[in-house]
Amino acid sequence: MASEELMFDPSLKKKKKKAVAFTEDPLGADADELEPTNVPPKDLDDDAANDDANMFEGMKKKKKKKVSLEGLDEPAEEANGDDMFEGMKKKKKKKDIPMDLEASPAPEDMEAEPTANGANGEEAVDADLFAGMKKKKKKAIPDDLGDSEPAPAADGVNGATAEDDFDFSDLKKKKKKAKKALDMEAFERELEEANTADRKSKKSKTEDEDEEEGEDDEGELGDDPFARDGEHDTGEGDEKWLGTDRDYTYDELLDRFYRILRQNNPELAGGKRRHTVPPPSVMREGNKKTIFANIVDIAKRIHRSPDHVISFLFAELGTTGSVDGSSRLVIKGRFQQKQLENVLRRYIVEYVTCKTCKSPDTLLEKENRIFFVQCESCGSRRSVSAVKTGFQAQVGKRSKTKAAT
Amino acid sequence: MSGPIFNKYDPFAEGDAEAGINETDNTAAEYIHIRIQQRNGRKTLTTLSGLPKQYDPKKLLKAFKKEFACNGTVVTDEEAGEVIQLQGDQRLKIAQFLTVEGIDKNTIKVHGF
Repeated sequence: MASEELMFDPSLKKKKKKAVAFTEDPLGADADELEPTNVPPKDLDDDAANDDANMFEGMKKKKKKKVSLEGLDEPAEEANGDDMFEGMKKKKKKKDIPMDLEASPAPEDMEAEPTANGANGEEAVDADLFAGMKKKKKKAIPDDLGDSEPAPAADGVNGATAEDDFDFSDLKKKKKKAKKALDMEAFERELEEANTADRKSKKSKTEDEDEEEGEDDEGELGDDPFARDGEHDTGEGDEKWLGTDRDYTYDELLDRFYRILRQNNPELAGGKRRHTVPPPSVMREGNKKTIFANIVDIAKRIHRSPDHVISFLFAELGTTGSVDGSSRLVIKGRFQQKQLENVLRRYIVEYVTCKTCKSPDTLLEKENRIFFVQCESCGSRRSVSAVKTGFQAQVGKRSKTKAAT
Repeated sequence: MSGPIFNKYDPFAEGDAEAGINETDNTAAEYIHIRIQQRNGRKTLTTLSGLPKQYDPKKLLKAFKKEFACNGTVVTDEEAGEVIQLQGDQRLKIAQFLTVEGIDKNTIKVHGF
C-alpha cells in the first residue's frame, strides 16, 4: 500500500495537514495571550503614520502589557541598543529572503528597516526597552531556540514604522483563511506593525507554503509560536543563509542536498516519487452528480485507457455515469475526492503496478478475452480479471427502471 | 448459543453430504464481495454476495441485523445467487464480523469508495 500512497502526489496533502495542525495551535495560543492587549490596528497605523515616536511609545506600552500578561515582568535590561538592532537586522534578512520568493512585501520590509533603525537611533530608551523585551520574551518561552523567536518581537518593534507591510500581510492572511486571518489580526494588532513584514511574511508564508515545506526547519527553530513562523520561512527558501550572517543548519543543508540530487538525477532520489498521479479533481454537478474532471489525464499517466478506468470506477462505486463533451466523467451519486482517490488507488494496485517489481510501468493488453498486464521494467506478465460489475440492487422506483428497459 | 449460528456449524460433518464439492470450489476461487450502493441523500445500501454455500444467508442476515442494528433482506439474483442487502454502510462491520467468525480475510473483497 505504501507504494500506492506514494503514487498520489502525497506531498501536498500531508504537508498541508501538518502545517495546519502545527500552525493553528500556536496561533490560537498567541491570540489568547495577546488578546487582552488588543489594540485596533487601524488606530495604530494612523498613529504610526503621524509620528513614529508615538508608534514606538504605543509599542512599548503594548509590549509591556504583554510582558506583564505573560508574567515575565522584569526590569528592562539594558542591552546594547546597537547590538540589538544588529540582531534584528539579521533576523529580518532571514525572513526577508523567503519573502522574496513569495514575491511578497520584501521590498517594503527593506524600506521599513531603515526607518525602524532611524527610529531606534533616535530613541535610545526605546532601544533599551526593546532589548528588555527581547530578553523577556526569550525567558517567557524557554522552548524557543532563540533565533526565530526573539527576532519577531524585535522585528515587531523595529517594524512598527512599517505599516504598509502590515496591511499587506493582513490582506494575504485574510485571503488564505478566515480563521487564521482573525487570529493573525489580533496577533498583529498587539504586535501591530511590530509584526513587521517579516512576521507577516512568515505567517502568510506559513499559510501559503505549508504545502511546500512544512518539514524543513520545524525542529530547528523550536516550539515558539513565533518560532514556527521562522520555521516556515526557512523551509521555503532555497539557501536562506545566503546574505545573512548566520550559519546554515544541518536541516537546510540536507534539504539542499536532496533538492539538488532530485534536480540532477531524479531516478536516484526517493524512488517513491518517480511516478505520481495527480489527485482527482472532483466537483459536484447539481445535487446528485459528481464530475471527475481529470480522468483522462490520470488514465494517461498510468497508461491505461480511460474506458477501462471508467468501467472500473463504475463497477466499484456501484453506479453509472457518462463522459461529457469535454471528456470529463460525470458520475451519478455524490462522491468526494478522497473516495475516488481510494478507488483509483485500488485500480492502480490491481491493474497498474507490477506485482513482481512494483513498477507502475506496465501495459495492459487483451488476449483471447483475457487481460494481461505486461511489465515494462521487469518483463513479467500476469493475467488480471476483467472489470466486472457485481450485483446491483434495486434502487429507486421500479416504475422508472421498468420504463428505461 | 451465545455465538452466531455458523459458529456451531461443522463443515466436515454436514457439508460433505450436501455440497462438499461446491463448497471447496467456492471458497477457493470465489470471493465474498461486499459492495455499497448510494441511494437518495446520504443513504446507502450494502450488499454481500458470493457467500459460500455452507452459510445460510437467512441466518446470517438475522445475525447481521441484530449486530448492526439495521434492516436487511435476502435477494436472489440470477447471476449472483442469494445476496444479502443491508441498510446503511455496513461494509467494514460485515468484513470484521466475517473475519471474526473465521472466514479468511483474503476471500473477502470490500468494494466501493
